[in-house]
Amino acid sequence: MENVNIKINGMPLSVPKDATVLEACRLAGIQVPTLCYLKEINEIGACRICVVEVKGARTLVASCCAPVNEGMEVYTNTPKVLDSRKKTLQLILSTHKRACLSCVRSGNCELQKLCKDLGVEDESYYDGENVEYDIDDSAAHMYRDNSKCILCRRCVAACQMQKVGVIGPNDRGFESHIGCAFDLNLGDTSCISCGQCIVACPTGAIAEKDQTDLVWQALADPEKTVIVNTAPSIRATLGEAFGMPIGTNVEGKMVAALRRLGFDRVFDTDFSADLTIMEEAHEFLDRVKNGGKLPLITSCSPGWIKFCEHYYPEMIENLSSCKSPQQMFGAITKTWYAEKEGLDPKNIFVVSIMPCTAKKFEVGRDDQAAAGVPDVDVALTTRELARMIERAGLNFTLLPDEAFDNPLGESTGAGVIFGATGGVMEAALRTAVETLTGEALADVTFQEVRGTAGIKEATYHVAGMDINVAVASGTKNADELLKKVQSGEKQYHFIEIMGCPGGCVNGGGQPVQHASVRNNVDLKALRAKALYDADEAKAIRKSHDNPVIKEVYESYLGEPGSEKAHHILHTTYVKRGL
Amino acid sequence: MANKISPVPFNGTKEQEQKLLEVIAAHKDTQGALISVLQQAQDIYGYLPIEVQKIIAEKMGVPLEEVYGVVSFYAQFSLNPKGRYKISVCLGTACYVKGSGDVFDKLSRTLGISSGECTPDGRFSLEACRCVGACGLAPVMTVNDEVYGRLVPDDIDGILADYQAR
Repeated sequence: MENVNIKINGMPLSVPKDATVLEACRLAGIQVPTLCYLKEINEIGACRICVVEVKGARTLVASCCAPVNEGMEVYTNTPKVLDSRKKTLQLILSTHKRACLSCVRSGNCELQKLCKDLGVEDESYYDGENVEYDIDDSAAHMYRDNSKCILCRRCVAACQMQKVGVIGPNDRGFESHIGCAFDLNLGDTSCISCGQCIVACPTGAIAEKDQTDLVWQALADPEKTVIVNTAPSIRATLGEAFGMPIGTNVEGKMVAALRRLGFDRVFDTDFSADLTIMEEAHEFLDRVKNGGKLPLITSCSPGWIKFCEHYYPEMIENLSSCKSPQQMFGAITKTWYAEKEGLDPKNIFVVSIMPCTAKKFEVGRDDQAAAGVPDVDVALTTRELARMIERAGLNFTLLPDEAFDNPLGESTGAGVIFGATGGVMEAALRTAVETLTGEALADVTFQEVRGTAGIKEATYHVAGMDINVAVASGTKNADELLKKVQSGEKQYHFIEIMGCPGGCVNGGGQPVQHASVRNNVDLKALRAKALYDADEAKAIRKSHDNPVIKEVYESYLGEPGSEKAHHILHTTYVKRGL
Repeated sequence: MANKISPVPFNGTKEQEQKLLEVIAAHKDTQGALISVLQQAQDIYGYLPIEVQKIIAEKMGVPLEEVYGVVSFYAQFSLNPKGRYKISVCLGTACYVKGSGDVFDKLSRTLGISSGECTPDGRFSLEACRCVGACGLAPVMTVNDEVYGRLVPDDIDGILADYQAR
């Protein structure tokens, strides 16, 4: 790569020719503040916070989208620059509902941090007339409050990045606001509930619907046995909410915290991930042997499922009929476990801790009530769990490491990698290949399906046949892949799709990392590494070797794919259209 | 916030749709052709209801919200048809200081629509305009080609009743 010579604040520097001024400043050790900029997602230079002075330029320059050139002289901290940034913030504040004391993002708000960092003293300097907006809480999983919106459009870009695009800027000038087409309610659109807009939002304008009160009430109810399960990726991200480094595995502290919050049983969704593999691998082999609909596509990700129902209704038959691990957990808890423990399913309250806002939607789907009551009562995001831990005054980082309860805390390495793109495929292959060959795998890793690439493909030669698999994460990549499948350009037997880019580790329910962090580290890869490390550390790494899984089949379900398994662990989908 | 779908039932014809599809086909692969398509669609239908925008979104391969974002940005695009009786109230300086704002508000209240909208029965549409060149008669409004001057809000019920009866 060719370099150019520039000066930043008088210091000479050689930087790549295609760098932006913002990137060049970072190479010089200067973090220019940004607000609307999300690397590779929203690069529109709209907010004017990242302005710098460039010698010879007529006006201040938005560093996030200005390219460097030979001989450029950049100044990042002149009075003119500092004054401009401050005025911009004051103007943004003039239409921002400053409910900072009670705001869900207080303490983790990028606007709040910028105001503090850039010395905004008079927050009401430009106050004047404002447009009144209603809160849109029509969707199952989230709300939008335009009175806190600063029109940075990061949510719009995130929605487009998912190839959904149901929110965008409407009207113009003073009336400009983010909304859906014809200002319809979000709940009436083809929103897939992925929550990528939430983790992109710098303020409290978009957030998940907080359901922690329902959980506090259940915990205080002596009639209820409150059972919690934590999705694979939560252990890799929860620590971030307490200032721990990205990619720290906090499984032990998480279990300790849940126990101290008062949950009667602390179980692991990794168990039901193993259960999902048993059913899904069986379904796959069954479709291959008996000429069923191929490619089989995984059904763990409710954001992907909703995307498929809206945008690819003609491919619903390709979806695995398996419930997601969350729903399988609730279903097996309220049937097999309830029976075993002599509990009335009506008095069991199942709480899931999920990386995902679409899980809140999934809980309310039809055909998710194996015991005649909803499989899962409440799905909380990682952020909501962190909020409960804070509210309870638990000093998370100082908690001891504790182990999950038995029996539904027993899981394998195959279960834990479900949280990263490619993980479900790898887990399924571990079981499917051994079932087909009847021999133990020498190496349980399937490197080809690992990594954060949006689309991955591999062909495996198993028992005399070629199995073509593909993995996509992020619904835009899913869209690209499915177009190739539909046109006949690509032929696969088995496809894993996760709705969020990078999979659940990067889900819409995960702790919000500021753009200043997101732009400079690979969140997806760091978080995923924690899961692959956990897999490697496990004694048992194949779902079918999980002793409790064996017990559940032997004593209750019979074989994978049995009638009883179908009744309890499988579901149906609907064509939603646009 | 109430949605912006026109309350006037859509009654586009097969011929109109055919024309629209031809316009889209001619522009489909041209970068930045959306505005051009929207202008021609409005020429065909007279306005851009959700039914028309949905066709454009689907055939152009862009989200409906993106189409709506453009339509709602430009004043030249209308989400509502013009009524059989098109009421324009002058909110120019002379009329405004003579009280045309009150006249406009009275119309808006009585008809239950705001500027740029049309009553669900398709009879009346309401818009604000700037100076019809009859400042001596301020405040002024027009209904189609008919001019009404020296108005007070109390005149409105009578005028509307006249058009209701036609």
